[in-house]
Amino acid sequence: MSQATAEGGFCPAASSLGPLVLEAQELSKDFRIGHGLRGSVLSAVRGVSLQLHRSAVVALVGESGSGKSTVAKLLAGQEAPTSGRILLDGRSVAPSAGRAFRRYKRDVQLLFQDPFASLNPVHKVHYPLERAVRLHRAGLRRAGVAAELTRLLEEVRLTPPEHFLGRYPHELSGGQRQRVAIARALAVKPRVLLADEPVSMLDVSIRLEVLDVIDQLRKRFQLTVLYITHDIASARYFADETLVMYAGEIVERGPSEELTQRPAHPYSQLLLAAAPDPDRLGAPVEERILRGSRRASSALSTTTGCRFSPRCPFSDEHCKAHSPPLRAIGRQRAAACWRIDVTAPELVSERLGGRCVPMST
Amino acid sequence: MRGPAPTSPREQAAASAPPNQTQSVLEIRDLSVSFAAASGQLMAVQHVDLTLAAGEIVGLAGESGSGKSTLALGACRLLRPPAVITGGRVTYRGRRVGAAGVEILEQSAHQLRSLRWREIAIVFQSAMNALNPVLRVRDQLGDALDAHLDLSREQRRERLTGLLDIVGIPRERLSSYPHELSGGMRQRVMIAMALAVDPELVIMDEPTTALDTVVQREILAEVAELQRELQFAILFITHDLSLLLEIADRIAILYAGRLVEVGTADEIQHRTAHPYTRGLLESFPSVRGPRRELAGIPGSPPDLRAIPKGCPFQPRCRFARSECHGVDMQALPVPGSSPGHISACPFVPPAFAGPMGAHVVASVPRVEETR
Repeated sequence: MSQATAEGGFCPAASSLGPLVLEAQELSKDFRIGHGLRGSVLSAVRGVSLQLHRSAVVALVGESGSGKSTVAKLLAGQEAPTSGRILLDGRSVAPSAGRAFRRYKRDVQLLFQDPFASLNPVHKVHYPLERAVRLHRAGLRRAGVAAELTRLLEEVRLTPPEHFLGRYPHELSGGQRQRVAIARALAVKPRVLLADEPVSMLDVSIRLEVLDVIDQLRKRFQLTVLYITHDIASARYFADETLVMYAGEIVERGPSEELTQRPAHPYSQLLLAAAPDPDRLGAPVEERILRGSRRASSALSTTTGCRFSPRCPFSDEHCKAHSPPLRAIGRQRAAACWRIDVTAPELVSERLGGRCVPMST
Repeated sequence: MRGPAPTSPREQAAASAPPNQTQSVLEIRDLSVSFAAASGQLMAVQHVDLTLAAGEIVGLAGESGSGKSTLALGACRLLRPPAVITGGRVTYRGRRVGAAGVEILEQSAHQLRSLRWREIAIVFQSAMNALNPVLRVRDQLGDALDAHLDLSREQRRERLTGLLDIVGIPRERLSSYPHELSGGMRQRVMIAMALAVDPELVIMDEPTTALDTVVQREILAEVAELQRELQFAILFITHDLSLLLEIADRIAILYAGRLVEVGTADEIQHRTAHPYTRGLLESFPSVRGPRRELAGIPGSPPDLRAIPKGCPFQPRCRFARSECHGVDMQALPVPGSSPGHISACPFVPPAFAGPMGAHVVASVPRVEETR
């Protein structure tokens, strides 16, 4: 699939903040289902390219099964891509047991969705933190380790630290556990944080504080953040650039505010229409939902054409036959849709043609 | 007005809500539930008054551990020891049980069996765990029918397919096992099960929390449609106030086991009377309109074994003042609002204007200028 960057005139919204740190080029991942002749292939991720810049937050938004977490696992080196490349500071990375890859794993840390499952219940809080510190920073004396643990907990606002170090995970609330998980990721001084739905298991009132902790860390340590979520409203507030993913492909990308206020791709429009919005009070719920949005169960196995076309109210014969490439529809925006002229006519008329100046890396 | 004339301010406040009291389907009066813990009595729900009118959607919101589920399950006597109902009355008044109603807390186990599901049904939080993994959808749905209705084979089959139709699941899914269904479909099966024998009250305990936004939206739309068709009342429990503002007629906010504010969805959103409600409202990002300043609620809910004296929200409240230690947590009518709008904070008037002085927060969402 051709890339937006190849079209010229496109520069990702996050690129203005800092140099490129981590880049995915045309990443694909196939999973084999079943065995032998009856087996089939599920392509969970298809040709995904994304750029993570220093101190920038990029959100990856999509529904369950869209391949968001697989992208995170590929970037974290937990899965090997079927095709495509991952570049850290412009150097290609390949999963292996070697020293270079261990270094990579230190630089790129993964934060999981479920803080109840990601902390071992039989160990007190200090254990996972201490292990991370000792493994990645050998040679640190005992006093040094203790000071480091205190610093880490203060960093994620678990104060006083000595109160939390001797606790078991079950004695902490969900928000506190997630902050322990963040502290553990920070222990190895990473440069990139891949946060896979870091707040969706938490109470609405607690989410903000955890997101704020991540945001502060981003600013203080110039951390690069990939924020994976199904909640497009939080991406609007938290991320500089938002990428919308559907059935393993990036279908739209752009600055978060612009994308959420004027979505171009019909799937982005569906996601936004589905987000709870109290200001729509008064109109019956059914009128607000996009009809015809019923999940097409075979979206992942659709081989030809646009993968969203079975659910798309705008799709025509051309959509069903040809897969749309991700094309620039503005200086910082791109969408993979043949019918942009129908779905977002005002964007097409504003199309700009300036060239993007590449950031030095 | 039913019963003796209300005397205490709380009874007055409770009696005034909802406005249309003649058709109440469930009346919870002064209900308290506690858990016997090794380190002392844990007061999970304290002196809660809540009334649901027939065909009404009432939302119950609050953070984890605020007692939402305990209140709902307690009112149906579905809690097991160490939970103990320490006081109160719960009256169910469905069309099928007569005008006098049924005192749920006085029923025998046998009497409760005929009441549950037939009259009051529950959609549990986790559809993954609430369905039996070794039974087909047909058998799980059929169980409820067999227990409460006397149907012929033909009627039973019709009823089963009809149930799947109303929740929008293809009929051939009757022979599926739960693991063969997506999360959204499982939740729909749960809703079909709850509606199987035409109950008058459905309690939905976080029915969409584990689902993503698109599926959540579809299911909410379906619930609203079914509710309008079949006219059952819903008690909708969630921690996400933004959802309730859209679907609920009235909303009750629970904090540390006590009701801190009750009002119509519009009153809760536009005439917010309690700082905790305000905190919940400022916690979720909005998709449309100007960017609002998000505040969240710092800190965490109190330890229910040692609830501080006075207002339990006071340690986390940005409007707290010295008098808050001595406040008696009574939910009283909000001055200048409808009689059904009650709040447990005597200091903060609607729209957060007036005597709060320097703390005044504009009721209109502010535009956030910088990130």
